[in-house]
Amino acid sequence: MHVAHLSLQDFRSYATAEIALAPGVTVFVGPNGQGKTNLVEAIGYVAAHASHRVATDAPLIRQGAPRAIVRAGVVREDRRALIELEINPGKSNRARLNRSPVPRPREILGMLRTVLFAPEDLALVKGDPGERRRFLDELLTARAPRFAGVRADYDRVLKQRNALLKSAAAHRRAPGPEVLATLDVWDSHLARTGAELLAARLGLVADLGPLVAKAYSALAPSSGAASLGYRSSLGERLPAGPERAGRDELAPLMEEALREARKQELERGVSLVGPHRDELVLQLGEMPARGYASHGESWSFALALRLAAFELLRADGDDPVLILDDVFAELDTGRRRRLAELVAPAEQVLITAAVPEDVPAELSGASFTVEDGEVKRER
Amino acid sequence: MYEGVVQNLIDELGRLPGVGPKSAQRIAFHLLAADPADVERLTKALREVKDKVRFCRTCGNVAEEDECRICRDPRRDPAVICVVEESKDVVAIEKTREFRGRYHVLGGAISPIEGVGPEDLRIRELMQRLADGTVTELILATDPNLEGEATATYLARLVKPMHLKVTRLASGLPVGGDLEYADEVTLGRAFEGRRLLDV
Repeated sequence: MHVAHLSLQDFRSYATAEIALAPGVTVFVGPNGQGKTNLVEAIGYVAAHASHRVATDAPLIRQGAPRAIVRAGVVREDRRALIELEINPGKSNRARLNRSPVPRPREILGMLRTVLFAPEDLALVKGDPGERRRFLDELLTARAPRFAGVRADYDRVLKQRNALLKSAAAHRRAPGPEVLATLDVWDSHLARTGAELLAARLGLVADLGPLVAKAYSALAPSSGAASLGYRSSLGERLPAGPERAGRDELAPLMEEALREARKQELERGVSLVGPHRDELVLQLGEMPARGYASHGESWSFALALRLAAFELLRADGDDPVLILDDVFAELDTGRRRRLAELVAPAEQVLITAAVPEDVPAELSGASFTVEDGEVKRER
Repeated sequence: MYEGVVQNLIDELGRLPGVGPKSAQRIAFHLLAADPADVERLTKALREVKDKVRFCRTCGNVAEEDECRICRDPRRDPAVICVVEESKDVVAIEKTREFRGRYHVLGGAISPIEGVGPEDLRIRELMQRLADGTVTELILATDPNLEGEATATYLARLVKPMHLKVTRLASGLPVGGDLEYADEVTLGRAFEGRRLLDV
């Protein structure tokens, strides 16, 4: 698939912008702080309904404007669709597909699929486990939009359960039978939605592992082998060949783990079992990448994760749109060239760079300059 | 801002559910222009609702006497109780004319975030009603959201030792709708709750 047209209204620094795009490589060049990233961020937002740079929507709205509108004309297997998202900070967004309102924006997730590489990706390797969990969950949602609902349900159960544990812990006395009985109920709901998320993540990690290893060895041929592991809060309880375990097999195991952790949970007032405590383990040779990998290796690993995500989505069907936001400046010449070779075959590649020299010659194509919020086509 | 009393009225109206500042202003000016007799009827209705309406001592539904109309009705089957969150759910189910049993209004659903636990709901009263063995079926008709499901699970576990028939309202596809328009969660639920077609 590719984005044929992008139109912005009150998004970030842009009052309005209209940009026609084509398949192949497109490079946006301009000094820092001129609005290059805002363009690709908007495309990423249409795909994921979230920004890769900020957790809330408020910064996406141009100062003084009540809302932002992003429209993307997407071409998929020769069919054209117009996706429109109205971003209302503090309220729910509104979506339209081919000018007709969609009851829930979630329903158009998956109409545009992107894989976005950004300097922030380094946190995938060096950052908290939460970054890696989000990587997995976002990829799950891109593959099967249904998981947006599973994640929302799980977060809600977790919030309710934590509120109960916290209030029980605050009383500093043994919780009454009513609290314990209510906790049993939340346990079963947490286990049910948690097991669904866990089963999907385990399957995803199994699919992703070989692709990450392949991408990493292509990017950094002289370095050790990269591999993925998944550390679950179920620990030893996980059955052998966990990627084949389904929700119904995992849910009772999670309930068991919850029962065992209950005393501790009541003391500490937080939920200690469930996919929100799990960790995607990145291994380089025999060592964990986090803490042991060099800066260059960490970068290669982060890129390998994104490339693997791209391969996986591509295997499901249509090529996702590849976005490389300011990535080349971070890499040495060898990695630049190898990354360029790996991404060049994609149907559409959108690149931002401060100077054109950062972009390897393999990736030549259309070019825009972005300066002072003006987007001009060069060639 | 308007003169004292007018603004007071707008503020009070604005506190009602579903009434924003614009609507509050519209209603306030409508009342100002309205016939005094009409306004009198409205104030009387408001006063009466607070003076006269009580909650049924049996089921917790709104009532004008000690017991509500449904609990007093001897034609209603005392062996079946339908548990709902609010009185307005009773009205919704009554409109179907499908249900001939009695109700029990919990007054909400379990939600630790809002500080609502089982002890804040009319669950003790429900257990008292179940104690004498008249009731043989309990229909759990709490809302089909997370909190409603949790409340239903809680109740189902609580009454398990009593060996009642406990049922949960089905969730699934809307009648008269198109399958393609159903969202994945609803469709998924409908699949889980599918039933044998007996022909």
